[in-house]
Amino acid sequence: MNNVCLKSIDKDNPSSLATYETMGGYKVWHKILHGELSPEKILEELKISGLRGRGGAGFPTGLKWSFMPRNQEGQKYVVCNSDEGEPGTCHDRDILRFNPHSVIEGMAIAGYVMNATVGYNYIRGEFMEPYYRFEEALKEAYDAGLLGTNIKGSKVCFDLYSHLGAGAYICGEETALLESLEGKKGLPRFKPPYPANVGLYGKPTTINNTESFASVPEILSRGGQWFADLGVVNSGGTKCFSVTGNVKNPANFEIPMGTPFSDLLELAGGLREGRTLKGVIPGGSSTPVIPAAEAMKMTMDYDSIEKAGSMLGAGSVIVMDDTTCMVKALTRLAHFYYDESCGQCTPCREGTGWMYRVLKRIMDGQGKSEDLKLLLSVQDKIIGNTICALGDAAAMPVESFITHFREEFEYYIKHGKSMVENDG
Amino acid sequence: MISDQAKKEIDIWVAKYPEGRQSSAVMQALTIVQKENGGSLTNELKQAVADYLEMPTISVQEVATFYENYNNKPVGKHVIRFCHNISCMLNGSDELISYLEEKLDVKTGEISKDGLVSVKRVECLGACVGGPMCQIGDQYYENLTKKGIDEILEGLT
Repeated sequence: MNNVCLKSIDKDNPSSLATYETMGGYKVWHKILHGELSPEKILEELKISGLRGRGGAGFPTGLKWSFMPRNQEGQKYVVCNSDEGEPGTCHDRDILRFNPHSVIEGMAIAGYVMNATVGYNYIRGEFMEPYYRFEEALKEAYDAGLLGTNIKGSKVCFDLYSHLGAGAYICGEETALLESLEGKKGLPRFKPPYPANVGLYGKPTTINNTESFASVPEILSRGGQWFADLGVVNSGGTKCFSVTGNVKNPANFEIPMGTPFSDLLELAGGLREGRTLKGVIPGGSSTPVIPAAEAMKMTMDYDSIEKAGSMLGAGSVIVMDDTTCMVKALTRLAHFYYDESCGQCTPCREGTGWMYRVLKRIMDGQGKSEDLKLLLSVQDKIIGNTICALGDAAAMPVESFITHFREEFEYYIKHGKSMVENDG
Repeated sequence: MISDQAKKEIDIWVAKYPEGRQSSAVMQALTIVQKENGGSLTNELKQAVADYLEMPTISVQEVATFYENYNNKPVGKHVIRFCHNISCMLNGSDELISYLEEKLDVKTGEISKDGLVSVKRVECLGACVGGPMCQIGDQYYENLTKKGIDEILEGLT
């Protein structure tokens, strides 16, 4: 456990350059600076590793990097998405706090591969402790001559800066993040063109998640095959999972892909005494909920979770036991998407409001028998009809909660109170 | 309108972006002047930021009203931002927010009578393994209990 992105977590002074270097840090970067590792070789290793975007979409990182027009004249950018805000997710925070140099090295390597000489790490505005740790690490890296112009006498140049957000979930969407980085409202852009062609300030840009960048140095140090073999087919390597909700010891765990969910639950101390499992949201609030029986059969990798009816997402496992009122849980999520919709696309702006108000009405004891049909109809009209994935993310939980826990919703509408004792 | 110290801090951010792209620093500029102004923004301050960064006033206004962390109305000396999203909710955040409201005799979104504290319900702050949690200033307070809240409140002066 914890042997890639979180491997410094138990060390003294985990975020320091000295600690990072004793763990083999910047070894790959030095190889690059000595001209011993070509961009082609790096892309090949990344493809072999099976590393997929850890922010939620799961797009192969090596492939994404290969889309950049590296030989095109002019400025190109590398951007790290540390705008961690998916409810249930908090492992990028730990990577920034405890292993910031892995993000710096990963971004520098990305810059070298894609011929981008400037990088920005977009950190959510509330993450002040992670921001200070990252800034300290950045200073250490500059002082050690690991960043800048003609680094260590080579032809390689890479400058890295952090940028702070100011509270908007939508900025985790990569094109909204770019708008925000340019000093505007975080409204997602229409695609195409994709950021690899028209990104930050109109220049070719590649955006990856914190954990993706943090995984790169270790992959290149130990080989793509080593990483791939830690996981399973289609889900190479290890992944950080945040386990939260009704468990004894909520925490972050970096474990091999393909680990049974039941083992992960055990790592988090299991359920509280006398409680039984009701449902699990496996990949953050935007992914469909899975009922207990299915969850106990799944393993933590892309294919198995998809087979169970959901998605691995950002690796944010929200555990709900039999004390959870599913109507209340869904209402809370609906409020979140209503609050965070940027308002650009009508189906999302209006639809998230409708879904929240109908659910609120049910919670207030004013639910009508046709409300479930109405909710399903609204969510169906959002899915696929918006510029970005926030619309789908708001819609999918609605369908899954109602499908799997329909009787709880029907009970609430009929009786004006929760089926779960002491709740609602 | 903007102090020399604030200008110095803003300039550090401006230097991170390419020439002519100083509007990238607007979010931090607003954060800096808001902090200096006791936690909230005024139209005059937004205008001053627009002038300083050579941006249209409406663009600064858009940013100031889009992002959650800007307060366009006065707030208490300390703002307690309490997460009420799902992971915190499953561990009792609603109950703790009610406790806080009762203890301060203030509703979320309001300022306490002595002007010392305002309470806000906010969406996920990304510390879900430590829920229930809240943020005051730069600091996160995790694994909160009623006793923990009592201690935090005692420390706010």
